[in-house]
Amino acid sequence: MGKSYLDAKGRIFNIQRYSIHDGPGIRTIVFLKGCSLRCRWCCNPESQNIESQEMTDVDGRLTVVGQEISVREVMREVEKDRSYYYRSGGGLTLSGGEALMQPEFAPYLLQASREAGINTAIETTGFASFDIIKRYLPHTDYVLMDIKHMNDMKHKQFTSQSNRLIIENARKIAEWGANLTIRVPVIPTFNDTEAEISAIAQFAASLPNVTRLHLLPYHRLGEGKYERLGRNYTLSGIEPMSKEKEQTLLQAAEKSGLFCQLGG
Amino acid sequence: MKEFYTDDIAMSPRIRRLIDNLYENMPEVEADRAELITESYKQTEDLPVIMRRALAFKHILENIPITIRDDELIVGSATKAPRGCQTFPEFSYEWLESELDTMEKRAADPFYVSEDTKKRLRAVFPYWKGKTTSELATAYMAPEAQTAIAHNIFTPGNYFYNGVGHVTVCYGKILEVGYKGVIAEAQAALDKLSPGDAEYSKSSQFLQAVIISCEAVCAYAKRYSALAAETAKSCKDPNRRRELEIIAKNCANVPENPAGSFYEAMQSFWFIQMLLQIESSGHSISPGRFDQYMYPYYKKDIENGSLTREFAQELTDCVWVKLNDLNKARDKDSAEGFAGYSLFQNLIVGGQDVHGADATNDMSFHCIRASMHTQLPQPSFSARVWNGTPHIFMLKCAELTRTGVGLPAYYNDEVIIPSLMSRGLTMDDARDYNIIGCVEPQKAAKTEGWHDAAFFNMCRPLELVFSDGADTGQQIGPHTGDVTQMRTFDEFYDAYKTQMNYMISLLVNADNAIDVAHAERAPLPFLSSMIDNCIERGKSVQEGGAIYNFTGPQGFGVANMADALYAVKKLVFEDKVLSMSDLRDALADNFGKGMTEARAEKVTEQVVQNVYSAGKTLTENQIMDIYSSLIKGGCSQADKDKYQKILDMINSLPKFGNDDEEIDAFARDVAYTYTRPLETYKNPRGGQFQAGLYPVSANVPLGAQTGATPDGRLANTPVADGVSPAAGRDKIGPTAAANSVARLDHFIASNGTLFNQKFHPSALAGQSGLEAFVALIRSYFDRKGMHMQFNVVSRETLIDAQKHPEKYKSLVVRVAGYSALFTSLSKSLQDDIINRTEQGF
Repeated sequence: MGKSYLDAKGRIFNIQRYSIHDGPGIRTIVFLKGCSLRCRWCCNPESQNIESQEMTDVDGRLTVVGQEISVREVMREVEKDRSYYYRSGGGLTLSGGEALMQPEFAPYLLQASREAGINTAIETTGFASFDIIKRYLPHTDYVLMDIKHMNDMKHKQFTSQSNRLIIENARKIAEWGANLTIRVPVIPTFNDTEAEISAIAQFAASLPNVTRLHLLPYHRLGEGKYERLGRNYTLSGIEPMSKEKEQTLLQAAEKSGLFCQLGG
Repeated sequence: MKEFYTDDIAMSPRIRRLIDNLYENMPEVEADRAELITESYKQTEDLPVIMRRALAFKHILENIPITIRDDELIVGSATKAPRGCQTFPEFSYEWLESELDTMEKRAADPFYVSEDTKKRLRAVFPYWKGKTTSELATAYMAPEAQTAIAHNIFTPGNYFYNGVGHVTVCYGKILEVGYKGVIAEAQAALDKLSPGDAEYSKSSQFLQAVIISCEAVCAYAKRYSALAAETAKSCKDPNRRRELEIIAKNCANVPENPAGSFYEAMQSFWFIQMLLQIESSGHSISPGRFDQYMYPYYKKDIENGSLTREFAQELTDCVWVKLNDLNKARDKDSAEGFAGYSLFQNLIVGGQDVHGADATNDMSFHCIRASMHTQLPQPSFSARVWNGTPHIFMLKCAELTRTGVGLPAYYNDEVIIPSLMSRGLTMDDARDYNIIGCVEPQKAAKTEGWHDAAFFNMCRPLELVFSDGADTGQQIGPHTGDVTQMRTFDEFYDAYKTQMNYMISLLVNADNAIDVAHAERAPLPFLSSMIDNCIERGKSVQEGGAIYNFTGPQGFGVANMADALYAVKKLVFEDKVLSMSDLRDALADNFGKGMTEARAEKVTEQVVQNVYSAGKTLTENQIMDIYSSLIKGGCSQADKDKYQKILDMINSLPKFGNDDEEIDAFARDVAYTYTRPLETYKNPRGGQFQAGLYPVSANVPLGAQTGATPDGRLANTPVADGVSPAAGRDKIGPTAAANSVARLDHFIASNGTLFNQKFHPSALAGQSGLEAFVALIRSYFDRKGMHMQFNVVSRETLIDAQKHPEKYKSLVVRVAGYSALFTSLSKSLQDDIINRTEQGF
């Protein structure tokens, strides 16, 4: 007996409970290792390398980031907050890193969660072949996908990758019929003008069935991690936006006709 | 579905003025009550004590100065100065006498005492020598119990020094029938008594005392009526004159007669609430289900058009302000244990009615708004939650929580009702429960619960296991043998239980001695007139007149003891990586960490005193050397390294609060070492003992008197707060901590449990933040947690408030079962609050 996919293994670096800004309700986020993008503002730089790696913790001790784990083991943790999902409409969210980087693990995790009666969400860059994405979608209740910039040059400059595949996939995911929310990390010096935000919002509004857009204002909470990884933080010195600026951009986005909000 | 009026109602500018006036000056001690009771007692020495109490109460109410403060709509003040306090020498006075000159400068809850007041108080104190409840209690107490108190195993100081309070009277009935009705009832009982009855002597005196007390209260209200009328005459502002005329009319009618309107009901309530606190110094006089007994008056006046929702709100806000006008001076040590000038007047809304249907009404929402408007620590505002609680009620409560005022505290009907029924309450009574003081559930107007009977430090008996029952060289507990010779964990755990059982028996002895002393020296006729079945039985609550009688001393340190016993089990007996003698040495040397600054100061002081009393002297440098060696710890570097390894081993073990089933189940069992033995004991009023698991704020001062513990807690640092995980040890977030705490048996702790969580405001931001927060409470309650409360304030704000108290005069934080002004707390308690894990995700 038994479902063999429960023994599928992947690599994660954190499980965070009582997450309330990453899909509906109270959620448990599983952070997966590995990402194809290198966004300069990334607040989880320890997630980017798919291999485990060393990092000093806040107390100055050397720790290993990344752990091999089976679907069964992750589900044991996810199950612990079942009553909170039930009361709040919450569930499991896969984040990262990029969940699409682990197709022999992540889809099984989503499947196991759904079979246990716990709804699922993924936070994704959308950067993978659509054949891979299609393995995830049937087990995913909420797709939270980033569109960071409509200008390919600028996208490449700040994330290390072209936006062409991402934009193409956004449309395919929407056409497939997923419950899709578009999210925009709003980063000063990158995409914090009304024109840039409007362009993204208009694209999002053009996608079938997409009704929601989240603007995620830049924060510096990840800055310390770069130092602890022995890396350089290229956005150092950039201040978070003022409340007024956030409101201006929100209003610009709202012109698209989408339901827009600040934060997840 | 029921619908409620939940719109915002703007706060009247009057309320801001009332609050500003209240907090303008440091609270002040006044001498009038102490003088008046002494005068009366001198005249009545030949009378039965119950009659003396009634005549003294009458004498006080006839002569104590009265005042109507500017802008007040609800009147009645115990002191001339706002937030002032009277004193109660009949319970104890020695501490007050010795602290009169230092009260103004002390760290926790300072009070101004004028030179005139000092003189007047010093003149009355000598009369009370040998006449107080505390002196009689000491005489009744077993010497072993006194020793245990002296060694800080537990402290019954609250009722030892003060009145008992901790009660909810029949407010609803007084609103309905007035004291006129109570007097008639007492008269009828008196008429039924026959001089040949065995109970005649005591019952007749008691019933007459009830009548005298209630008549005194009616007359007191008429003094206010006259004062209002007189003030109105000379008032130039026509609006204020009109207000004063209405006040005069209200006070002429209530509380003697039934309340004829919502406004009169509010005024009548206030007289009851305030005068209970002039009769005795007991705190936690709790208004209880205010939304329930006020609603009929509210509904009637709203429906007949004589009351607007705005005016109903203004009056509710006025009552809220008045609840902060009362105050109580405690001795220095108790002030630290109950820090924040708190009176714990617990007022609760929502929940079920006696038939099990939802009882939420429009007054519930007026009460939430009043706490929202006033943002003051009183009343200790509470919300009852059951499976059928309307969602909108939860959301409005969560909005109040989000303001950071630490209110409301949330209580779970689904646990409390069966828990109370297991203690003998009827289902109707259990469904009608309210909360007393911090977290203690009971049925109003039928219970003398003695809910806050003592603090029992569960860590201290474990220290005694390591010393075979000795403390600072004295054998204070049973011999449980040489700890290094114990061969199994069960043997060790049994030794802990033996120490616990013995100390619990002494705790019971101390509480019962104090109980008897109150019955003999301070029975309270006015309070007893409002508790069933005192009138029918012809005796006061102190003598067992109430229907339900309990004694509820609270244990604290569950989390520390769970972690500590688990560490011993794992490291010493299962993995055998630590020898018991090394652990004992590490504890004795505080893991090589030296003392806390406060402790080192105290010890240095003692050393210096000893040296001087031996006729020798010390230089400034020598004194500093002693101090710094205490701070650093006296042991060798090799020992320090060894101890650090032990500490690392302990710290790497699982800890309570992280949703680990094994250690959580262990914690459940550890809590039973307190709750189970305790419930087998009886009190002199014919009731039983029942445990609470909450510390008020005593986990800080009593932790300061506790050595290092095997959970890695350093000597003299705070013990864990309530049933919450030890500070900083819950690392997986609010749901994991809640799951752990819910694994304790909350049903057996029928005197209440306390679970504190601190949130950063961002965690409650927006509609989704509120919804998630409500779901968190609901889920903790699904898992049979009993109580939950929250601090919503950022760490940065608290640190800034510590540095600049002048900027944060009205910053309210949730301490432990109640909210207090942050700046009024001692530095160490402030630190403790700052250091509690902040759940901000």
